[in-house]
Amino acid sequence: MTRTARRNRRMSQVIGVSAAALLALSACSSSDSGSAGASDASASGSAPDGISGEVTVFAAASLKESFTALGEQFEKKNPGTKVTFSFGGSDALAASITGGAPADVFASASPKTMKIVTDAGGASGAPATFVRNQLEIATLPGNPDKVASLKDLTAADLKVVLCDKAVPCGAAAQKALDASRLKLTPVSYEEDVKAALNKVVLKEADAAVVYQTDVKAAGDKVEGVKFPESADAVNDYPIALLKESKNTDAARAFIALVQSAQGQKVLGAAGFLNP
Amino acid sequence: MTSSPPDSPDRPGAADTLTGGPRRRRAPGSGGSRGAPLPLLLPALVGLAFLVLPLVALLVRAPWRSMPDLLTSSEVWQALRLSLVCATAATAVSLVIGVPLAWLLARVEFPGRGVVRALVTLPLVLPPVVGGVALLMALGRNGVVGQWLDAWFGITLPFTTAGVVVAEAFVAMPFLVISVEGTLRAADPRYEEAATTLGASRFTAFRRVTLPLIAPGVAAGAVLAWARALGEFGATITFAGNFPGRTQTMPLAVYLALQSDPEAAIALSLVLLAVSVAVLAGLRDRWMTAS
Repeated sequence: MTRTARRNRRMSQVIGVSAAALLALSACSSSDSGSAGASDASASGSAPDGISGEVTVFAAASLKESFTALGEQFEKKNPGTKVTFSFGGSDALAASITGGAPADVFASASPKTMKIVTDAGGASGAPATFVRNQLEIATLPGNPDKVASLKDLTAADLKVVLCDKAVPCGAAAQKALDASRLKLTPVSYEEDVKAALNKVVLKEADAAVVYQTDVKAAGDKVEGVKFPESADAVNDYPIALLKESKNTDAARAFIALVQSAQGQKVLGAAGFLNP
Repeated sequence: MTSSPPDSPDRPGAADTLTGGPRRRRAPGSGGSRGAPLPLLLPALVGLAFLVLPLVALLVRAPWRSMPDLLTSSEVWQALRLSLVCATAATAVSLVIGVPLAWLLARVEFPGRGVVRALVTLPLVLPPVVGGVALLMALGRNGVVGQWLDAWFGITLPFTTAGVVVAEAFVAMPFLVISVEGTLRAADPRYEEAATTLGASRFTAFRRVTLPLIAPGVAAGAVLAWARALGEFGATITFAGNFPGRTQTMPLAVYLALQSDPEAAIALSLVLLAVSVAVLAGLRDRWMTAS
């Protein structure tokens, strides 16, 4: 009970403090998946046509640019409303909706991920396809590796990233590869399409199979290479009002905007195909 | 981490209350409730339930019937093996460079020591994903240091198993450094001084006197670092990517399985849980409670 005892006591203090830090950290790492920011309650008031309050939209990562623009248009057109987005992999979003995440609208990048929500009885009414998206190869600026076709991606020394097969863009890429009987071993299966794209933007990978819209959104940071096999794997994007919606009027109005000529123009400019 | 002066008198009563010594043994039964006042007991029980309940829920909802099928898939074992190998390697790396760093912080006076200590603990508060991005900026193929690694040695870390080890070590090493530094500060420096007075070099004194003295602290730090590395997700998926067998560790497999097949995710989580409980409990008995 002399030095040893004291040392043990100190050691347990060390363990205690560090364990507390460990807990705090693992709490951080579990919030990595990226969720919508805190809601802003100050933006309440009534619009002339009765629409007000907050609309929370869960949307596929590939819709980020166009939906953000549409959200601003919606808020401008309907003063007193606020649109909050959570962008991510469609499968992750579907999982959080069925897990009880509070959302009004779900726009996914594939009927399969939308089906997860409808099967769980999470949607109110049938989902409607509002755009389609086609795959494209994103290469480094200037295409230094001279990628011209899907087959070129199978070269051994090329670092290619794909989306994980659970994500619509990964499923579509796999479909295109299977249809052309190509076997591609990527260096990584990324958790959503933006993660795959960013590996090329950061020049860590030589190429990625992403959507045409992502190539367009990245501007001159990547160079797009179209490939004919992508016609075999065009993704339909369904949108649906969710059953748990607390603000169905505003949510319906947002869906109507997405499907309107004005909405289709914004989406078309981003590279989406009309349904 | 308070360090009592080396010549402070031992407090014999403290050990008794800590271990529930002879005094409590005299009054069995009633002693328990009298020893724990309600304002402490209630929050303590809430705290216990808060920590244990989610784990129990995991066990309750586990797909026990399909468990054998889920667990015999080669992908699970691949991910588990990779997780264990990488966490152990990251701990080894942390020991080799982290213990000397802790010694430097605890024993050598130099200007800006407080700043250095703050920098060392920075990865503790950094979101792991940011850590992963920072690692890409430093060690990526196009990174500040990484471009030279690639040009001179042909080494690229992203998308490799070595990259997983780097990401895990980056996140886990501060735990080891903090823990070892605390132990060092609490340890009596006069033993080392005596050794050097008797002719030992400072390195010999560190190796033969200091290291055995702080061994329990090093072990505790290594266990914490290992546990943190085993559960590491954000920095790994950002820096090393996700490829089965090469960079897909258990947490990544759990995260991706959760989206398509929640049952498989629960099964994977239980495996990880069982392995970590087994290893941590084993180490605790072996090294950390032995006096």
